[in-house]
Amino acid sequence: MRNIFLFIRRYFVLLSFLVLQGIALWMLFTYNRFHQAVGMGVASEITGSVNAQVDKVDDYFHLRQENLRVHRVNDSLLNLVRTNFTPVDTTARQIADTLRITDMTRQVRRYLWRPAKVVYNSVNFERNYLQLNRGAKEGIAENMAVLNSDGSLVGLVVGTSNNFSQVMSLLHVQSRVPASLKNSNVFGTIEWNAKDPRLLLLKGISRDVKVKRGDSVLTSIYSYNYPPGFLIGRIAKIDEDKASGFYILQVRTAVNFNAVQQVFVVENLQRAEQLKLEEDTRKKMEQKK
Amino acid sequence: MSDLVRNIIRLAVFIFVQAFILNKVPNLHRFVVPYIYFLFILWLPFTTPRLTLLALGFITGLSLDYFKMTPGLHTAACLLIAYVRPFIITLLSPKEATEFTFREPSPRAMGWSSYMVYAFILTLLHHLYLTFLEWLDFGSLLDLLIKVGATTAISMLLIVTTEVLFPRKLKFRTNTAA
Repeated sequence: MRNIFLFIRRYFVLLSFLVLQGIALWMLFTYNRFHQAVGMGVASEITGSVNAQVDKVDDYFHLRQENLRVHRVNDSLLNLVRTNFTPVDTTARQIADTLRITDMTRQVRRYLWRPAKVVYNSVNFERNYLQLNRGAKEGIAENMAVLNSDGSLVGLVVGTSNNFSQVMSLLHVQSRVPASLKNSNVFGTIEWNAKDPRLLLLKGISRDVKVKRGDSVLTSIYSYNYPPGFLIGRIAKIDEDKASGFYILQVRTAVNFNAVQQVFVVENLQRAEQLKLEEDTRKKMEQKK
Repeated sequence: MSDLVRNIIRLAVFIFVQAFILNKVPNLHRFVVPYIYFLFILWLPFTTPRLTLLALGFITGLSLDYFKMTPGLHTAACLLIAYVRPFIITLLSPKEATEFTFREPSPRAMGWSSYMVYAFILTLLHHLYLTFLEWLDFGSLLDLLIKVGATTAISMLLIVTTEVLFPRKLKFRTNTAA
């Protein structure tokens, strides 16, 4: 017994080094994007408040780009305003129907957009995250899509604290986004190989589809998280994977990740219902077996 | 200024510079990120007890990790250099900690050549371990080696620049209480 105590006393520093090292590695390997990291909630409140201060200065460097982007969106929206359109035929009149209860064409809101501001952002690593200045208090939750001020895709919310939220950027080796080509409507997956922060990879497009450089890649309609039809990027280089019969397409991002400032957080209001339906179906099918 | 206050300010400055300036510098090459924050551990006084060194290494790494959202990664690397540091110092200048005429490791206290060796070994260890941990679930072996070499070179350049630009004031140990 005495020897054990002597041993511990002699190698106390080494032992405490090993214990601390164990804690660090445990934190590293248990953390992934689905589990909230140890102490990340509290820590992101603190880092968030520092980030918000630094960001106030940083904003001035990107004002011009941001301004152009917002101006372009305004332009496209103003073109949609009703006063721009006049009925050609004077006998045709628009009748506003106020009794819409039984109307089959009644619209249901599916996506809710909330504005937010980026307070921290990186592009230099294999796993890049952004931090936004809106959190659970403003209704931000996990698995909401994040779009740039001009409507191109930035990433997905993966964690929230009261006042801040963490976003997994498209530049993250674990990011997988269902995408489709605008021209041919075929579906694939957007990934990132951690090589160049301007280029993403589009996989799963078979070689019989015709692709050209410059084709637009949009978010897919088959997704619970992302609103469909928003720009991800444009095809920059076409490689063919000889073994599998699929293309490996390099996609230039629509977003300049170095200068993301104002973003929208988009919530799919029917997500819970869709997931429940999927879950119920799966249970029903399992029972039948 | 006491050692405690000075080191608290130093830690804050190093983490700030690392998180908001160096981490955001546009990449020179794929993922060659300039690192300097661990210089805080290299600059701690000779007399720091080894357990305190470990604790400080843990705190330094963790605070950067929470900014980068990679909990544990830099913590592990910092702990390693905090643990190895005393061995390197005794290896390079075999004196008792109390025999040094200066309080902290610096080119003046140890001489340029042995200080550079001291900084180089710890920098290499830090980057090697850090890149190794990242490589465990991502990347290829060649990438690992290139990355370790390049980041170490850039860090050494930054350390030399820092030492030349901000020479720390002569701090002789005296018999009077500090």
